[in-house]
Amino acid sequence: MDTMHYLFAAYTAIWIILAFYLFSIHRREKKLQEEVQRLKRMFEKYQQS
Amino acid sequence: MSEQSQSRLDIVLRIFLGLGMILALYMALIAAPREKSMGDLQRIFYFHVSAAIAGMTAFAVNFAASLMYVIGKKRRWDNLALSAAEIGVMFFSIVLVTGPIWAKGAWFVWWDWSSKRLTTSLVLCLLYAAYLLIRNYIEDPERKSMVSAIFGIIAFLDVPLVWLSIRLWSDSHHPNLTQKTGGLSPSMRPALLICSIAFELLLVYLLRRRYFLETLRGEIETLERRAS
Repeated sequence: MDTMHYLFAAYTAIWIILAFYLFSIHRREKKLQEEVQRLKRMFEKYQQS
Repeated sequence: MSEQSQSRLDIVLRIFLGLGMILALYMALIAAPREKSMGDLQRIFYFHVSAAIAGMTAFAVNFAASLMYVIGKKRRWDNLALSAAEIGVMFFSIVLVTGPIWAKGAWFVWWDWSSKRLTTSLVLCLLYAAYLLIRNYIEDPERKSMVSAIFGIIAFLDVPLVWLSIRLWSDSHHPNLTQKTGGLSPSMRPALLICSIAFELLLVYLLRRRYFLETLRGEIETLERRAS
């Protein structure tokens, strides 16, 4: 019984799920860091004026 | 902990995680012996079970953090509970995707509703998916944290049920790994142990990164409050 394709499918699925989740964390982190920087810049401008 | 030592810890964690994952793949796909009846298909088992253990650990962290939130009402516990729930759902997604692939190859069916472990695992994953969803529907932050903490504590009741399901009900697809005879062959145990450690490391790494997201969100809220 050739079951190697099931093994390949399972391990591919594992890495796809992990990669997708890591990418989603990275994307959200980038977005939030940009927002923090934007707010900090806004405060600096406000304090200077 | 200072920012410098935090990033140093992150680097160390990444190195260990990378090495751990390479070793886990080697153990699962090459070093572990070929199972007699299922052949190479059984190698799915090592990552499938490790993901389930890591998922249950994440839900245990959610439970403990939810309990701590109910007692102390500190935001950091809610952040930790949320991070753990999301990662637990991700690990159980792996379990629920690899399980049917394995079942199809071994028993020619994608899903067997008579298997209590399958059903309780699905229910567990759906419970924590609901935990994540209800957070989106409550506006008041304190109420949101409290409702989800109570939900998290109740949802955790399903975790021992999943763990004990094969003892409570007979299950032809999930043998009891902890029993002395008929469980996992001793020659396969090192591979399972290495894979489980690698997945626990992955859990720690993901928890740190996901928790950091909530820290950033808290920082934004503070800045926005100052702005208004």
